[in-house]
Amino acid sequence: MSLEEPTPDSDAELDVVGETEDGLDYDALADLLGDKVRTREEHLNAEGFVIRPDDVQDVLFALRDEAGFDHLSSVTAQEYDDRYESIYHLKKFDDPTQQLSVVVPTSKDNPVSESAEPVYRTADWHEREAYDLVGIEYEGHPDMRRILLPETWQGHPLALDYDQTEPQIVTLAEHRNPLQEDHRAGDDSDTMFINIGPHHPATHGVLHVETVLDGEQIADIEPDIGYLHRCEEQMCQQGTYRHQIMPYPDRWDYVSAGMLNEWSYARAAETLADIEVPEYAQVIRTMAAELSRMAAHFLAMGTFALDVYGDFTAIFQYTFRDREIVQNILEDLSGQRLMFNYFRLGGVAWDLPEPREEFFEKTRDFLNDMPGKLDELHDLVTSNEIFQLRCVDTGVLPPEEAKSYGATGPVARGSGIDYDLRRDDPYGYYDELDWDVVTEDGCDNFARVLVRLREVEQSARIVEQCVDLLEDWPEDDREIQANVPRTLKPDHDTEVYEAVEAAKGELGIYIRSDGTDKPARFKIRSPCFSNLQTLPVMSEGEYIPDMIASLGSLDIVLGEVDR
Amino acid sequence: MSSEQSQTANPDVQSTQEARMGEGVDSRFNSKLREAFGSSPFILTKFDKFMNWVRGSSMFMLQFGIACCSIEMIHTYAIKHDLDRFGAGVPRASPRQADVIIVPGTIVSKFAPRMKRVYDQMPEPKFVVSMGSCTVSGGPFQEGYNVIKGAEEVIPVDIHVPGCPPRPEALIYGVAKLQERIANGESAPVTVKPYELEQFGDLERDELVEKLADQIDEEDLVMRYNWADSP
Ligand code: SF4
Repeated sequence: MSLEEPTPDSDAELDVVGETEDGLDYDALADLLGDKVRTREEHLNAEGFVIRPDDVQDVLFALRDEAGFDHLSSVTAQEYDDRYESIYHLKKFDDPTQQLSVVVPTSKDNPVSESAEPVYRTADWHEREAYDLVGIEYEGHPDMRRILLPETWQGHPLALDYDQTEPQIVTLAEHRNPLQEDHRAGDDSDTMFINIGPHHPATHGVLHVETVLDGEQIADIEPDIGYLHRCEEQMCQQGTYRHQIMPYPDRWDYVSAGMLNEWSYARAAETLADIEVPEYAQVIRTMAAELSRMAAHFLAMGTFALDVYGDFTAIFQYTFRDREIVQNILEDLSGQRLMFNYFRLGGVAWDLPEPREEFFEKTRDFLNDMPGKLDELHDLVTSNEIFQLRCVDTGVLPPEEAKSYGATGPVARGSGIDYDLRRDDPYGYYDELDWDVVTEDGCDNFARVLVRLREVEQSARIVEQCVDLLEDWPEDDREIQANVPRTLKPDHDTEVYEAVEAAKGELGIYIRSDGTDKPARFKIRSPCFSNLQTLPVMSEGEYIPDMIASLGSLDIVLGEVDR
Repeated sequence: MSSEQSQTANPDVQSTQEARMGEGVDSRFNSKLREAFGSSPFILTKFDKFMNWVRGSSMFMLQFGIACCSIEMIHTYAIKHDLDRFGAGVPRASPRQADVIIVPGTIVSKFAPRMKRVYDQMPEPKFVVSMGSCTVSGGPFQEGYNVIKGAEEVIPVDIHVPGCPPRPEALIYGVAKLQERIANGESAPVTVKPYELEQFGDLERDELVEKLADQIDEEDLVMRYNWADSP
């Protein structure tokens, strides 16, 4: 393996509480927090420290500044029969295998807990979502209102007593200029309010961006989401582990990235039920996932070109031509062009299609054409002067901000953050293969595009090695699925949070089981949700066309933002 | 047989068509259609019928993406499937310039009023192709607390293309069927009573309305969902 092991700087290591040669020392962490830790829980991925709702900021500040937990991966909220609970899933950008859950229970009649927003900026949206769907309120949060559902919604749908048949009223209100009453600019302030979306060609789906313009510049910007909130978490909580959940991940990030999403559920459920996946299946998974990633990055490239210079005829069509090829290969493999439903717990649905040689040849042909096609794209895009003018030094996202907002994937790697779960928290067959993590230091729109294009190269390398491996795999050793019981019933009150590197970044799944064959809580940590939060950082004070470019370079998919 | 061929085959003989067109006519005007009409370049038809045929043969689609199905819709416009071959491949970004709206995806409570608005902004006559199971019934998300159970709950639909997602070929078939219907002058029956956009003040005053009365202005447009009556 050519990947270097992350070599922690030995001087820094001494200062970080709880970091030892062989992983985290939870006792040291508990000592750091003293009697703030009331009890300790075992989750399958990490320990959980239970704390009081008014200690949240103290605890998180200590963990961030002294124990090096700089990544708030996700916030899960849930309701039990006797309490509400918020779980902060903490990780480190340097080593995401070091994880810690901070569990904050609140009482039923007064579900108020301190906000983590001053510690991690990303908590802003995560806590709004928790309030919206479950009903926990966060004290000290700058803007505690609904995020996914309309403002006028009644009730909290993931709370236990929610009645889905109650009528609801939704408004079609025009949105007020939030700066209008701000008289600092004098009475003749000439700001102007503009709604971009939810039906707009540049918003990549149904995103609504509320912008206040001062001339051509953006004075204030706020993404308004929830136009595609189709209750994915509820759907998954209603499905049985074994077969009924797997079709849904395909529909989160739906730009052919299905295989990558399926893997996130598969990984979490396999840890939960302790299932060992056969090696042969892992190789097939790895290959399928990387093909998916290529297709997803092509779409990102094509639509980005469409955004920045309206090129529908060349770049857009070229990338779609290549997507058609990938989709054909994946269709041969899984039977569907877009919604593959190919992974199974413990393996994959079926073996490679017969005749295998034909499949390998088709895949090889595609890979062989790849360098030429990428050169062409580089010619058309990255070396194009107009493109560079639009993208270099626009939409700048400094690495510290990216970390605080929990940005991951190409967005983080375009800001020079060397973070890729395929390498840092290995799963599948990645650690046996020879490939590199791509990073760029530009922090701008250009860097993010470049990262994607270069990642396509790396994915092609991975697929190629997988094809070689599969071709030589002995025939009597082709085990595609482990032995998994027909009904899975993980033990009561087991909790797990696992993430994989999806096309857009860290896609995490939290599952709590209650002893039945369906999850009691299924929470999706979507990379796009966190990435989109960085839009104001990139755009405020910039020109409006640069905002469109930044939005394109974030490469969001609303299905995953809203879930 | 094209006129050019006939000329080379028999240089001395002039066809009736050529004779009527006379000298000096630019050959570019000799379209396939012109040939189809043969010797007499006139047809008799009803004006309505002609208009319907024109309408079906040149459709401006609204560039409208919602969810996963829109990815397959883009593939239908793009290389390989190329919907433009069927006279329906010009996506317009503004509803005011479009005749057909393809509804490609799940419609949720927050989006339905906006979709209705976009539909209302399209000039008549307008047509709707609903793409995917989500627009038929809510599809895989039918049981969701936030999901409208099909596009017909909001706007009238001419053609349903089922599938999750439908293949591009299926969408092309749906569009072709729509063209056929338009050419025959058939219009869409409205099958359900759709959710309407109405002023908040006009709603029947019940518990929910009372509760929201201080949040919503009398004149605001609202959509009221009666989930219990949804199919
Ligand atoms: S029908 Fe299927 S593919 Fe289409 S929008 Fe609905 S879930 Fe997505």
